Amino acid sequence: MLETCEKHIELYKELDSYIQNFKGKKGALINVLHKAQELFGWLPPEVQEYVADKLNISPATVYGVVTFYNFFSTKPKGKSQIKICLGTACYVKGADRVMERFLDELGISEGEVTKDGKFSVHGVRCLGACSMAPVVLVGEKDFYGKVTPDMVPSILKKYKGEG
Amino acid sequence: MPKIKSLEELMKIKEETLKNVKMRESGKRGKIIVAMGTCGIAAGAKETLNAIVEALNEFGVEDIKVVQSGCMGLCEVEPTIKVEIEGEIPVTYGHVTPENAKRIVKQHIVAGDLVGDLIVKQGEE
Amino acid sequence: MPLTTNTILICAGGACISSGEESVKNALERKIKEYNLQEAIKIVETGCMGACSIGPLMVIYPEGVYYQKLTPKAAEKIVEEHLLKGRIVEEYLYKGDKGKIVPQPQEEIPFFSRQVKIATRNLGIIDPLNIEEYIARDGYFALYKALKEMKPEEVINTIKESGLRGRGGAGFPTGLKWEFARKAPGDEKYMICNADEGDPGAFMDRSILEGDPHTIIEAMTIAGYAIGANKGYVYVRAEYPIAIERLSEALKQAHEYGFLGENILDSGFSFDIEIRIGAGAFVCGEETALINSIEGKRGQPRVKPPYPAQKGLWGKPTNINNVETLACVPPIIKNGPQWFRQWGTEKSPGTKVFALAGKVKNTGLVEVPMGITLRELIYEIGGGSPTGKKIKAVQTGGPSGGVIPEEYFDTPVDFESLTQLGAIIGSGGMIVLDEDDCMVDVAKFFLEFTVDESCGKCTPCREGTKIMYEILNKITNGEGTEDDIETLEKLGNIIKDSSLCGLGQTAPNPVLSTLRYYKDEYIAHVRDKACPAKKCRNLISYVIDTSKCVGCTACARVCPASCIDGEIKKPHEIDQEACIKCGSCIEVCRFGAISKVSPALD
Repeated sequence: MLETCEKHIELYKELDSYIQNFKGKKGALINVLHKAQELFGWLPPEVQEYVADKLNISPATVYGVVTFYNFFSTKPKGKSQIKICLGTACYVKGADRVMERFLDELGISEGEVTKDGKFSVHGVRCLGACSMAPVVLVGEKDFYGKVTPDMVPSILKKYKGEG
Repeated sequence: MPKIKSLEELMKIKEETLKNVKMRESGKRGKIIVAMGTCGIAAGAKETLNAIVEALNEFGVEDIKVVQSGCMGLCEVEPTIKVEIEGEIPVTYGHVTPENAKRIVKQHIVAGDLVGDLIVKQGEE
Repeated sequence: MPLTTNTILICAGGACISSGEESVKNALERKIKEYNLQEAIKIVETGCMGACSIGPLMVIYPEGVYYQKLTPKAAEKIVEEHLLKGRIVEEYLYKGDKGKIVPQPQEEIPFFSRQVKIATRNLGIIDPLNIEEYIARDGYFALYKALKEMKPEEVINTIKESGLRGRGGAGFPTGLKWEFARKAPGDEKYMICNADEGDPGAFMDRSILEGDPHTIIEAMTIAGYAIGANKGYVYVRAEYPIAIERLSEALKQAHEYGFLGENILDSGFSFDIEIRIGAGAFVCGEETALINSIEGKRGQPRVKPPYPAQKGLWGKPTNINNVETLACVPPIIKNGPQWFRQWGTEKSPGTKVFALAGKVKNTGLVEVPMGITLRELIYEIGGGSPTGKKIKAVQTGGPSGGVIPEEYFDTPVDFESLTQLGAIIGSGGMIVLDEDDCMVDVAKFFLEFTVDESCGKCTPCREGTKIMYEILNKITNGEGTEDDIETLEKLGNIIKDSSLCGLGQTAPNPVLSTLRYYKDEYIAHVRDKACPAKKCRNLISYVIDTSKCVGCTACARVCPASCIDGEIKKPHEIDQEACIKCGSCIEVCRFGAISKVSPALD
């Protein structure tokens, strides 16, 4: 559960001002959910209810949308999200073994968060860098191409030091 | 920037930019274009870009601009860069790791010799 | 890995060869080996350097020293003096103008020469964040022509005459689509760009958005003018953060320069574009599902008719085109329909961008005239197999497409021909498969994808694909029967006929097409419990060839299950009971002693 500490009050404020941008525009729900997930890291029930209230739609509708799309998560995620592309090119070039190695090294299963909260591993849809297959994306912008299981420890090392 | 209203204004931008591409006006001798699509970045294009900038500083080169572009298509040899120097045929290099980037700066930009083993293409489209 | 300290480029042009290049090269190699430098020094034979009179010729990097008129003796001396001691050998040094000597790659890669770039004309050439570079490449001139010199009907006719067809998968004529939207009654209309490039294996739309975002803005504005819309949306996948960032920046610039907003180019026409970000649902590439998603709803498809052209976004007439299709629009408007028709075939004019990936040497994006054969695409441009293994087939069109076996590689690539083979062009993803790829496994991969991505609205797709997946799972685990194969075929055809949207209607294609061409592989799985490609884990075993094993223990050390036993310098053995078939051992064996067998050993 999410405690309403001061930090979260700030986050809700930021979400509010984002929602203001959509005043008078139709169909803002998905964009607002993207923002909320960016702020909170995931979409706990309180945040979903908050969004429903602000946009004047039912929480059931919000929940329906949240669960329909892969991108939205109703579970917490790690600080560094490791996204392993499971597109066709990555698959034929051995992405499954790269995934196994990440899970092994971190001692978690797919979708779980490590105890220190630093990492979670997710299989994702084609990242569109097929010529670099297999591809791994850490966070939003760190792409790694032609990844072999052997490269996994050195990739992880880069993020272990951070906060 | 005032909004464009006529064909003349559009032509003017085109001509000025083309002139700029020719570098003389900008006081630059040429430019290095780094392909920075997602695949390029996955192959390490960011490190390559940094290495180029560092190497240019190291050799005191100031008349070469470093710019980015989208993917040029041949992902297999990423990271790729294109060297365009005034009055010379543009050269596209592949497999430009940070070490190779330094070599290209030293050999091509500073000494004026092509780096034969990394060339994937010479000339324009 | 030892560091390469020197690279030697030796000219292997005709003149140098005739003056003894080969013996020089042999001498170099011999001497380098003698001093055990073969790992540190790389020798590259190049094409003609253009200085034939002073050949044989070579250049040593990183120093950039040119040596001329070489003999085997000279080569030996250069190795000993220059490479070993760093002393330049003056007597063979070329001191003339180096600028005239141009080391060429041995063979120009045909990757570029066969291409015709229309949709990707600016990729890698302009700075995507510099609108003026786009203008310098004739950007926004087509917009000017359309808004100031053409009536909306004329714009539509130009596109119709060009024969441009949708590049997103279905191949519907673009001009016709525009005409439907134009003719639909209503004052409020919408123009949508479908950038929800969900087919795994296709990445041309991402590359265009990342490398040339202004072309999409220009094309959408032209389309908006043609159909009578003042508002546009680009629906982009959330998986493409860089594309979103660059497009946002480009939109700002277009506003600044007056290519978007009120009274564009003083024509009286106003148009604006908003970005909507997807949230990871493959079905949203289907146009009615995409519309629902823009409206902020669950991305489930709607029943057609009514088509979006009549009743689309917010119930208003809407036109949807994919990124690559739109990228062709400005050049067609600027150069005319006949210009576009000079490439391609009668029914599929113009070019198509393909994403080559998988077991092919030159992976990447290529834009080629329609009608080129698969063989040219895969072998000439793609360079064939990177490992020398036999290429078995190519998978086109992603989860909606099928496989095309090697014996059909002479088929021209156009919309109709590939459909006849049971595959589709789709969005242009081409995954090359070789003998290590199991066709049942490939089909299973795609079915797993569709099961996961089925939106759940209609039963045939929701339940049917799941049952198909379960059967495939059974077969790859060695538990399938011949009846299962029959059920797959029957079920596939039912799902095809009875699903609501394109996703369901095409979901069985990967299974049906592999069944069409590779039924023998399916039969081997169920009858002999064997996987001919030795891919399906439950049907293979790893074995050590005792005559080749030298007992180096490398495999035993990497085995995560500790199931390899043996004394040092004596042949090792794998405990089949404990083996988890991860394949780590095969990768580390340097003696080729480990291999896979199928069916599995008991």
